[in-house]
Amino acid sequence: MSNKETYKLQIGPTHPAFKEPVRFEFEVDGEHVLHADIDMGYTHRGIEHVSKERNFIQIIYLLERICGICSTSHPMAYCLAVENAAEIEVPARAKYIRTIVGELERLHSHLLWAGVAAHEVGFDTLFYTTWDIREKVMDCLEVISGNRVNYAMLTIGGVRRDIIGEVAEAVNKTVEYYSDLYSQLEDIMLNDMSLRLRTENVGILTYDEALKLCAVGPTARASGLAKDVRADYAVNAYPDIPWLKAITPNDVGKKPVGDIYDRIVVRVLEIKQSVDIIRFCMENMPGGEIVAEPKAVKVINQLKKVKAHGIGRYEGPRGEVSHYDILDNNECPVGVKVKAPTYSNIISWVPMFRGAEIADIPIIMSSIDPCIACSDRASFVEGEGKKTVSFGELRKLSMEKMNKIRRGL
Amino acid sequence: MNELTVFLIMVISTLIGGIYLGLLGRGIDRKIAAKFQSRIGPPIRQGFWDLKKLMLKQTIVPENSITWVFKGAPLVALVTSAMLLVYIMVPYLLYLTGYESPMFAHMGDFILVIYLLMIPAIALVAGGFSAGSPLSTIGSQREMVVLMATELPLAVTVIAFAVKMSVLAPSMPSFSIFTAASNPVWNGMGPAGILGVILLASAFLFIIPAETGKIPFDQAEAETEIAEGLLAEYSGKYLAFFQLAEALKSLGVVALVVVLFFPQGVSTIMGGQMIAGGINITVPCEIMFFLLKVSVVYSVSISFIRVSMARLKISQVSKFFIYSVSAVSITGFILIMIDPRIMAM
Repeated sequence: MSNKETYKLQIGPTHPAFKEPVRFEFEVDGEHVLHADIDMGYTHRGIEHVSKERNFIQIIYLLERICGICSTSHPMAYCLAVENAAEIEVPARAKYIRTIVGELERLHSHLLWAGVAAHEVGFDTLFYTTWDIREKVMDCLEVISGNRVNYAMLTIGGVRRDIIGEVAEAVNKTVEYYSDLYSQLEDIMLNDMSLRLRTENVGILTYDEALKLCAVGPTARASGLAKDVRADYAVNAYPDIPWLKAITPNDVGKKPVGDIYDRIVVRVLEIKQSVDIIRFCMENMPGGEIVAEPKAVKVINQLKKVKAHGIGRYEGPRGEVSHYDILDNNECPVGVKVKAPTYSNIISWVPMFRGAEIADIPIIMSSIDPCIACSDRASFVEGEGKKTVSFGELRKLSMEKMNKIRRGL
Repeated sequence: MNELTVFLIMVISTLIGGIYLGLLGRGIDRKIAAKFQSRIGPPIRQGFWDLKKLMLKQTIVPENSITWVFKGAPLVALVTSAMLLVYIMVPYLLYLTGYESPMFAHMGDFILVIYLLMIPAIALVAGGFSAGSPLSTIGSQREMVVLMATELPLAVTVIAFAVKMSVLAPSMPSFSIFTAASNPVWNGMGPAGILGVILLASAFLFIIPAETGKIPFDQAEAETEIAEGLLAEYSGKYLAFFQLAEALKSLGVVALVVVLFFPQGVSTIMGGQMIAGGINITVPCEIMFFLLKVSVVYSVSISFIRVSMARLKISQVSKFFIYSVSAVSITGFILIMIDPRIMAM
């Protein structure tokens, strides 16, 4: 009989390290984690269902509220999906403005993540520093859209506000601010001794595992998997940028290990990449209209005549976000499907937690930059409210749902 | 004045002053940290307000805890922290005021101080284990590890001091704080010895945050990992006792470092009594100077270190202390030991 006693450590749904409710059950031997079990489903709000009762324009502002940080990524993917279905051509200037707003969002999301990660390892000074730096991009977004978090910039067929005059000046100033600050930021994030001690060789996701578990975004890129929707299936202004490519730790001459430090490297490099993209867009922005059809009623009437389905893919700060929309001669879509990046990354927690210490749990958890509200997309409303379904059952349920939609079509 | 009266006055003034300065130190530490983090920070009086509020709050004792241990641990921690402060401060105050008497020559034994340093930590561990929560249990295990890891460098430093004192003042007890205060360790040192003392002092730079449970060595509380760990189940007045004990212990540890490494008073440095307007103000000056030294050591070893580092993992802490810090302090010890021989050559 083994004399080693293991015990169960439950972390969550509420815990000081978590920004959103998620529950982990760890089997722990002393300080070592033997097994991790993830339990989600505390923030399901039924946004997809609500979307089916809103018209195409209203949905944009609803989808902005899926997640506070990806408040451009979700509407972007949705607009791309609807434009894809209805074959609406977006004016070139609108594409550039979309890119600028999207990259500003990435900038603030990565800085926010850096602060959260620093707080998880107890480095509060870095937490306050990065959030202080982040204020500049929030101010810039406020100048552009009048709002710090939910920008409401996108509409079907273009954007709602132009970047000209004072606004353009504010964007240029923000770009300069971050270009000047970058080397200092890189130095703090990548060379700090105590941060390296906590992040190197911790929470490893190997290349093969990342490939097998379909990891996306910085999580996949840190494992050496060069996948980035911006470069692979380019939309918006991204096809015009010749030097755009997926960033991996190889770019700083480091062999990708797939640990948390590599995820920091990727995100820090992406801050620089975002600044460069914004500068490129500001320099090369074409003139012309910012929206294909400014009148919302006309857009809805145009979409009423469409019977098709479309997919929109966009690289959010956390990875690929894709939306699938079904249009059926109605002013509301009959189907809205959201796939958030965290949904793909959740399962990569399991290999990351293997062999970790209890002290590593918060930093591993936050290293994929999870957005639980984004990924809670299903809930059982009958019975006890919570149950486990096998793969076969889930497949059967999905097929039934799909047939229901098809019959409706 | 009768020796006993002097002793009682010293003890009572140390306790009252210690509680006041300990809480004030907490406030100043939080203010300094806030300045580093571009925050405004809480008012300096916040420590007093917190204590007052905690005393009035409801105190919850977990159902599955071992009640008498859970309730007793905070009291033990508070009492021993106060004793620690008294044992360090009273001999030093006697030295500063120049009150010499054979009764006080043996006061403030180093070995006793080391044990007193351990007891508040052990009380915390006992309280954490008795709370019956997995988070407190993990916190207690971690506190034990930190406690054991810091023992060796601490013991080595004390032995080094005792050896040096036996050379500097053969007629006085070697393990006494009074001896250490009246004979600064830097006296009669060659270059090797001075280097040795500097090494011991730099080892203490990391022992202080470990003893007081501050970042990077706050694993036992680790807010984001185990949600305040061994204090997770404590509330109300028992939490207030632990906070007060921590404030007293922080002050005590810092005062110990000042007494060991920088005991020189104003009169030693200026070479005589301080007289202003015909009144001898040596004693107030000495106390002000001591407080200045305490605040410098406090901010360097607690505030500055905690804002500039991430929290280490418990495995890294034990490695850091058992290998690096122990190596540094043992090297310092050896350098102090061989210094007379190098000087003789």
